[in-house]
Amino acid sequence: MIFLQPRTSVPLYVTLLVPVISVLATLIAGGLIFAVLGYAPLPALYEFFIAPLSRPDQFGNLLVKACPLIIIGTGLVFCYRANIWNIGAEGQLIAGAVGAGGLALSFPDTTSVFLLPGMAVCAILSGALWAAIPALCKVWFRTNEILVSLMLTYVAALLIDWIVRGPWRDPMSFGFPLTPYYPDAGLISALHLPFIGRLGQLHWGVPVALLIAVAGYFFLSRMLGGFQVKLMGDAPRAGTFAGFSPNRVTIGVLLASGGLAGLAGMIEVSANIGQLQPNISFGYGFTAIIVAFLARLNPLAVIVAGLVVALAELGGDTAQISMAIPKVVTGIFKGILLFFLLAGETLTRFQPVWVDQTGKFSKKGQKTI
Amino acid sequence: MIDELLLTVLLTSVPLILAATGELVAEKSGVLNLGVEGMMLMGAVAAFGAALVSGSPYLGIISGGLAGIATAAVFALFTLGLATNQVATGLALTIFGTGLSGLIGAPLVGQAIEGLPEFHIAVLAQIPVLGAAFKLDIMAYGCILMVSLTAWFLASTRAGLILRSVGVNHDSAHALGYPVLVIRSLAVLFGGFMAGLGGAYLPLVLTPHWAEGMTAGRGWIALALVVFASWRPWRLVAGAILFGGVTIMQLAGQAKGWTIPPQFLSMLPYLATIFVLVFISSRGRNYFGAPAHLGRVFHPTR
Repeated sequence: MIFLQPRTSVPLYVTLLVPVISVLATLIAGGLIFAVLGYAPLPALYEFFIAPLSRPDQFGNLLVKACPLIIIGTGLVFCYRANIWNIGAEGQLIAGAVGAGGLALSFPDTTSVFLLPGMAVCAILSGALWAAIPALCKVWFRTNEILVSLMLTYVAALLIDWIVRGPWRDPMSFGFPLTPYYPDAGLISALHLPFIGRLGQLHWGVPVALLIAVAGYFFLSRMLGGFQVKLMGDAPRAGTFAGFSPNRVTIGVLLASGGLAGLAGMIEVSANIGQLQPNISFGYGFTAIIVAFLARLNPLAVIVAGLVVALAELGGDTAQISMAIPKVVTGIFKGILLFFLLAGETLTRFQPVWVDQTGKFSKKGQKTI
Repeated sequence: MIDELLLTVLLTSVPLILAATGELVAEKSGVLNLGVEGMMLMGAVAAFGAALVSGSPYLGIISGGLAGIATAAVFALFTLGLATNQVATGLALTIFGTGLSGLIGAPLVGQAIEGLPEFHIAVLAQIPVLGAAFKLDIMAYGCILMVSLTAWFLASTRAGLILRSVGVNHDSAHALGYPVLVIRSLAVLFGGFMAGLGGAYLPLVLTPHWAEGMTAGRGWIALALVVFASWRPWRLVAGAILFGGVTIMQLAGQAKGWTIPPQFLSMLPYLATIFVLVFISSRGRNYFGAPAHLGRVFHPTR
């Protein structure tokens, strides 16, 4: 029988190696699947992970794809550190986009510079409000936040579908489910880099995302609030003895991650789309879960993890055109990556040991019981 | 008109009942598998492929079930073998299954198969209105048989009792000498088999084509249904017909020009599930047969 024996200490190199090995193993496993299904594996991997970066402007597009993943991923790191399982970021993203859109569409003629910050505030509030439902259900009734936040994702998707087909539909849209375009003051402009100028679709949301991840890192590692979050996740009993309120942490992390997901939704629409439509996100809220795990729940590492996963997303777009396979195929890589990361998580915290029938460890040097 | 409506409601509810019955057994053993949608898609593409190549929809049924088992085996390997987090692994399974089914199905898009034939049950099919329930296909009848067997297995057999005990408290079950991980693996594989069948029903009966992501969220509704039915097999059938009825009501409502937007009707299953969840948790967990150790990772001690 194999038993999992808890490790007393985890060397730093193991912590760093797990994500690297997971990514490499994912490439191998993904290549094998392509080979089994009759696609040449190396050209397929090339299309997914190298071809997307063959043009310099694609680096800008990579950052754009990583932007919502980094913002949402940072919020999810807080939740998962506190052992709160928010898996409804997709719904909170939609709620944020709708909240921001409501403000932008209420002032179609404005040129005020306050519109964009106002939209950001509305987005954060709407996203936090959407996340407040599972938070309050958990605090008041001890309802499982996993299922409630998941169910609310589908409610949000249907809500935006109704909004863009019904009350907010542009009368000039020829029956398409689209709202009017936002006023220019409600759009996020392209980012001009020194010496380079515009790089693909690169916009001002990207530096905001990087800033959020860095701020998240400092909050989690340097401030009392961050300490409470970590303590409530690792040792809730010790936390209560220290006088911290588990309910406040639950509500806090859910509101924070909901607000950040909402902000990501607003940035996604204002920078890339310019109006509301039924599909504003390609599962960023779910993909960000993978990002959070790849980063091993560290906000700074979320930046790198976001870029890695964004590369797979970008590769999905490339392969859709060059290999004539649907965009969802990129899910093979995303799914396997998450499998391996989770397995790596177990193997860093536990050591598999072989135990024979008599209950003794076969490995030498171990204590026998 | 009304019996046709009833027939459509029954047809839409069959894949939900199949997938949800499997998930119910897995959850009763304490495993929350959020990968239902992925397993259904794998079942759907395997069933469609097998029926297309062999020309036999019956081979499609078998192939769909096997594909579901294979997909669930991945889940069992990680959550039970490697003790990974069930929620994250389940999401990974859905993402993976959606992607893999899309890749397998890419060459199959645009082709059509001969679906399963209807079996009219002699005299009963002649009954006005209710006769619709006896004009179904072999999978729909089989689905009711599976629910009966599951209900009987869970409530009245020793093995069913052991399975439930593992879901209520895995440490106690382990202390009594029951092989927790083996029992859970079997429950997860059964869940995969049923989800695969539920997925297979879509191309074999509802629409004779393959389309990427053709389950369109049915896996998540099946998941909601298990909670909505508070882990009781027969309530699950009632719930599925209710949820299926909601889907059909939208179409009928649109045709009649109702003022209530169809999206609000589509929200009902999800909202109802949230209400049931809140209700259950406010009454204390065990009151409603919720498995107490649902979603908890089991580390065997010696």
